[in-house]
Amino acid sequence: MKTIQFREAVCEAMSEEMRKDERIYLMGEEVAEYNGAYKASKGMLDEFGPKRVIDTPIAELGFAGIAVGSTMTGNRPIVEFMTFNFSLVGIDQIINNAAKIRQMSGGQFKCPIVFRGPTASAGQLAATHSQAFESWYANCPGLKVIVPSNPYDAKGLLKAAIRDDDPVIFMESEQMYGDKGEVPEGEYVLPIGVADIKREGTDVTIVSFGKIIKEAYKAADDLEKEGISCEIIDLRTVRPLDINAILESVKKTNRLVILEEAWPFGNVSTEITYQVQEKAFDYLDAPIQKINTADTPAPYSPVLLEEWLPNSNDVVKAVKKVLYQ
Amino acid sequence: MQKITKETYLKWYEDMLFWRKFEDKLAAVYIQQKVRGFLHLYNGQEAVLAGALHAMDLSKDKMITAYRNHVQPIGMGVDPKRVMAELYGKGTGTSQGLGGSMHIFSKEKGFYGGHGIVGGQIPLGAGMAFGDKYHETGAVTLCYMGDGAVRQGSLHETFNMAMNWKLPVVFICENNGYAMGTSVERTANHTDIWKLGLGYEMPCGPVDGMNPVKVAEAMHEAMERARRGDGPTFLEMKTYRYRGHSMSDAQHYRTKEEVEEYKKIDPITQVKDVILEKKYATEDDLAVIDKRVKDMVKECEKFAEESPWPEKNVMYDAVYEQEDYPFLQHKL
Repeated sequence: MKTIQFREAVCEAMSEEMRKDERIYLMGEEVAEYNGAYKASKGMLDEFGPKRVIDTPIAELGFAGIAVGSTMTGNRPIVEFMTFNFSLVGIDQIINNAAKIRQMSGGQFKCPIVFRGPTASAGQLAATHSQAFESWYANCPGLKVIVPSNPYDAKGLLKAAIRDDDPVIFMESEQMYGDKGEVPEGEYVLPIGVADIKREGTDVTIVSFGKIIKEAYKAADDLEKEGISCEIIDLRTVRPLDINAILESVKKTNRLVILEEAWPFGNVSTEITYQVQEKAFDYLDAPIQKINTADTPAPYSPVLLEEWLPNSNDVVKAVKKVLYQ
Repeated sequence: MQKITKETYLKWYEDMLFWRKFEDKLAAVYIQQKVRGFLHLYNGQEAVLAGALHAMDLSKDKMITAYRNHVQPIGMGVDPKRVMAELYGKGTGTSQGLGGSMHIFSKEKGFYGGHGIVGGQIPLGAGMAFGDKYHETGAVTLCYMGDGAVRQGSLHETFNMAMNWKLPVVFICENNGYAMGTSVERTANHTDIWKLGLGYEMPCGPVDGMNPVKVAEAMHEAMERARRGDGPTFLEMKTYRYRGHSMSDAQHYRTKEEVEEYKKIDPITQVKDVILEKKYATEDDLAVIDKRVKDMVKECEKFAEESPWPEKNVMYDAVYEQEDYPFLQHKL
């Protein structure tokens, strides 16, 4: 094993795959000469040259569409959005073309493309730069949505996303790029659509994904001191959802808390809540609790932002609630 | 460019007449409610397609357009019976009944859709050219759009990158005068759409879109430029559609007289006049073609009528390459 940063995991995944497959290229704002806005493509221009590591103008709609179009003539692009907040400018090409070209053509065209970049909040960036669109993309048939929470998962899943023949939304975090973690020296790939039990426990199941899962770890540490054992499931993939992993855990713990950094209405937690009540109603000993951001645009002021974001105290409270403590 | 010969004119006559009659048949079966959804017909614009096909290398060049897209794939070699069946929603359709009127595709014949969002196909067309340049295939993409689509941001972003990266693509605006019911004059401060290319220093110009010879010549020059590696061209085809934007259009925005004026320069009539004048064929010879066209349209209708509905699993099978994707259940 070796220890690398999250940004290096992303870079290694892209570079390893690009070495093996000429059809893959990386496109986006500042990905080439600047080495990536968050240095996730550091050194790639030097290795692969400007034909395959391509700086674009600031035109998300245009370059998202050009990348999708190039899949129709044989490419397998990786498109970096500087953040998924900016993907909204190009979302027509993702929803109306990438996700549908196969279906609309009766299966004649496939669309092997990865759209990647950071999602959700990253400090005091306020309303337009703090949004989590996982549930928006996960709502759309034709797409797959991956949200890793550590370097090991990021590398293995990004490689799987690049190899996948369907369009994949791959969501990172500005606040995770510096995170360090162990990855194998050699090559490895992780399966899409498979959740991971990050901690085993017996009293309550906590489901989360992406960087906010760290708040669940903190809460679990605190709760352990009080003798409460939490099982933490990292979804890793949001679409398709590994509901069976959640159900198996809930059947053991009989209690479920979901932690998701997203607005509360109609999000991933809502879907999990529906599916668990439908498929494991008799196993539940308490109503499911979900913890999300406030139902408002993200505020700027540190005091307000702290209130807006879910944190480990919120998780502790929710766990105690489902335990009737 | 291949010489424009007697055979070219006779082919143009038969092709354009077939497209016209094919569309007329669609209008008729639409009224009978056998074809549903939106239906956007090409009547009047046929020369834009006929001229382009003459300039293309159909062994490798590609075409993409918006939702006025039934006859282009036929021109590129797709069996018209399968296009008709797609509009009927039948399993034998080009997209197995999943696409309908606005989404005709044939990867085999180089027709890349068939796109329902105005302007959404413009970056795709540039992307197809990006792929061809990347893989050095020597192919050129023809990317069509209407006069409404040129007001979309997607056009401007794509023009910028296509020029910057010298992509082998020809952008063709089919200016038929109206974006749905809004005339060109009402959508912008300028009416010479081709001038939009100037801001990107893209070679550009207007073309008489009612005359296939003029179209072929302009297309040939543009395609050669693209093939040489000198990048895109933007052509504004001045054309006209006789029918409404779609079948639900009452056409209050224009006069019957205006439509009649354009019918005087109808592309099929223009080609027919040359054929008769140059004695490429007699009226009797053309009557044989007319009969053949009529029979073929009838055959398409019969095929579509008699084709089976799609199997229900097609709805799922077409979405992902992954064969065992775990779709959620939507009802009991």
